[in-house]
Amino acid sequence: MSDGDESGGKPISKKTRTIRVDTLARVEGEGALRIELVGGRAERVELRLFEPPRFFEAFLRGRSRTEVPDITARICGICPVAYQMSSCHALEAAAGVVVDGPLRELRRLLYCGEWIESHALHVFMLHLPDFLGYPDALAMAKDHGDLVRAGLRVKKAGNSVVSALGGREIHPINVKVGGFYRAPERAELDALAAELEWAARAMRDMLPAFTALEYPALERDYELVALRHPSEYPFCEGRIVSSKGLDIDVREYPEHFVEQQVPYSTALHSRIRGRGGYFVGPLARFNLNADRLSSPARDAAAALGLEPPVLNPFKSLPARVVEIVEALHEALRVIAAYRRPTVSAVELPVVAGIGHSCTEAPRGILYHRYAIDAAGLVEDARIIPPTSQNQGTIEDDLRAIAPDLARMPLDAATHRAEQAVRNYDPCISCSTHFLRLEIVER
Amino acid sequence: MAGNVRKNRRKPKLGVFKFASCDGCQLSLLDCEDEILAVGAAVEIAYFPEATSTRIAGPYDLVLVEGSITTPADAERIRAVRAQARRLVTIGACATAGGIQALRNFRDVAEFRSIVYASPETIDALATSTAIAEHVPVDFELRGCPVDKRQLLEVISAFLNDRRPNVPAHSVCLDCKMAGRVCVTVAHGTPCLGPVTHTGCGALCPRYDRGCYGCFGPVSGANTSSLAAMMSAQGATSPELVRAFRTFNANAPEFRAESEKHDV
Repeated sequence: MSDGDESGGKPISKKTRTIRVDTLARVEGEGALRIELVGGRAERVELRLFEPPRFFEAFLRGRSRTEVPDITARICGICPVAYQMSSCHALEAAAGVVVDGPLRELRRLLYCGEWIESHALHVFMLHLPDFLGYPDALAMAKDHGDLVRAGLRVKKAGNSVVSALGGREIHPINVKVGGFYRAPERAELDALAAELEWAARAMRDMLPAFTALEYPALERDYELVALRHPSEYPFCEGRIVSSKGLDIDVREYPEHFVEQQVPYSTALHSRIRGRGGYFVGPLARFNLNADRLSSPARDAAAALGLEPPVLNPFKSLPARVVEIVEALHEALRVIAAYRRPTVSAVELPVVAGIGHSCTEAPRGILYHRYAIDAAGLVEDARIIPPTSQNQGTIEDDLRAIAPDLARMPLDAATHRAEQAVRNYDPCISCSTHFLRLEIVER
Repeated sequence: MAGNVRKNRRKPKLGVFKFASCDGCQLSLLDCEDEILAVGAAVEIAYFPEATSTRIAGPYDLVLVEGSITTPADAERIRAVRAQARRLVTIGACATAGGIQALRNFRDVAEFRSIVYASPETIDALATSTAIAEHVPVDFELRGCPVDKRQLLEVISAFLNDRRPNVPAHSVCLDCKMAGRVCVTVAHGTPCLGPVTHTGCGALCPRYDRGCYGCFGPVSGANTSSLAAMMSAQGATSPELVRAFRTFNANAPEFRAESEKHDV
């Protein structure tokens, strides 16, 4: 980071001040943030993504639908299960097949594993250091060793679920369109229970550490968007609903959401047609589905002082904590009730069709749409990751806090901007971890 | 890390750099839940943006590079990274073979741009996605999509102690034989890339009743044409053979050559 770096350009005026942060660390992807202030007001806020485009939607064309979950997993090493789940559900919808019963339960279990590991990574290793004033979890561990070690063990419990069911933590190999290549034996899942139970207790014991944190003040009139299921906290199914009255079938997604290319980023920005930016992820899910939480997760929310509406984006951290509790409880429920199915996957008819799906990735709704031809090959693919949906909202948050940033000393401003971006746990490898903050004041 | 640097021996400096990739291979380091605190005690994590805000300038004793080269700017950046690295190890299929994004190498990148972006002219991308070793000298390549975290720890430990990493280089097929596992191809007719694929995963897929799909890329001396002939005898069509060799290691020479034979 360097102060007064005007290399390559003329100072705009004598009062120009450029604050530049070369890397915004602890964000998964690459990017930069540029804020232009005029008379204390944020005139322009640009979150630039530098992650080189990888063209998934293009090279999926002509691939067999059976290969899709293995390919889309590679979009993101942090949430591969989400990509696999959205792919499978959309491809099954295109073939007119619904996967139910124990296979559906196993998918929920796999997703719980990913939520636990991804949320624990973000909460304990990436975001908590911001709140406690450390550059990273290793430095934090010197003063808060018990917290870091417990967080790592919770994360590991989540990863154990993914690797038992998926074969490995990153890019699981056992997910198949229609179900799984092999359904686990009961004993393989039973072996996971003790650590999940330990993690559930540990999370409960750690709640006071999260209530003691200082959450910066910020509240905006967000449109929160999440899935809503008639009876469950959402993972793979439900209608897309918002805090401002949106209530649509997943198939209607393209009619209500639009993607825009912006010149400073390789990630496309999403908007709700006729309205604007919106907010997806744990805080949106919590606000829209708090009544669907299990009783341990409700108790955790109450202990954390969370009651909808919660419109401070910094409260995404405790919302993630509540969701870890929910996912641990749900995982234990699925394991306790598990009966090994007789077939590991539903056979799909080879038919042409179009399928849509939305599932709740750890970072928010992940939309996939595929057009499949009569030979079972992909004709067209559309993938809209949560981070690109949140990008406009992240920029708006920064616009809201920009005047405060301008008044802060450089180090504090940088730190606060990074903390605000990390509210969204942006996984920039979606197009795209690191951002550069530039504040130009005139 | 601002720990106790004042010891007899200076802690070696580790840098982790990312190019075009999914972040999964560097995440493997954070997935070492039982070892990460010990790694942090043994090395100075001087540059690792996915994990820390600390940024200490090079040179670095060991640099891990994830990702492939896909833009003109990255082709420049990797040279600067190499110049700061005493040892440079590439991790994962993107860095060692170009990754899944190397599928563009077989197609027209302008067409790819226009499929994804409304204003394709503003997107700066090279026509190819290539391995790091095609741009700068590399001291060791660790394969996998993703890498195996135990192998990653072994490589870090080896380079920090100036010894060669103990990373086997036989085929996935041999792993199954050594484990006494029933062959999915012989017993069930399931296509399997195990005979031509580099070990590293522990022959995971056959344990889950599926054939290997080549995450670790070609084993040295891979007899891909013999395997393709067998797959073809079992009913695989030419397009299916092309697709089988064109995934995460599509641009690895042995896999590329085999896929091109069937791409007619």
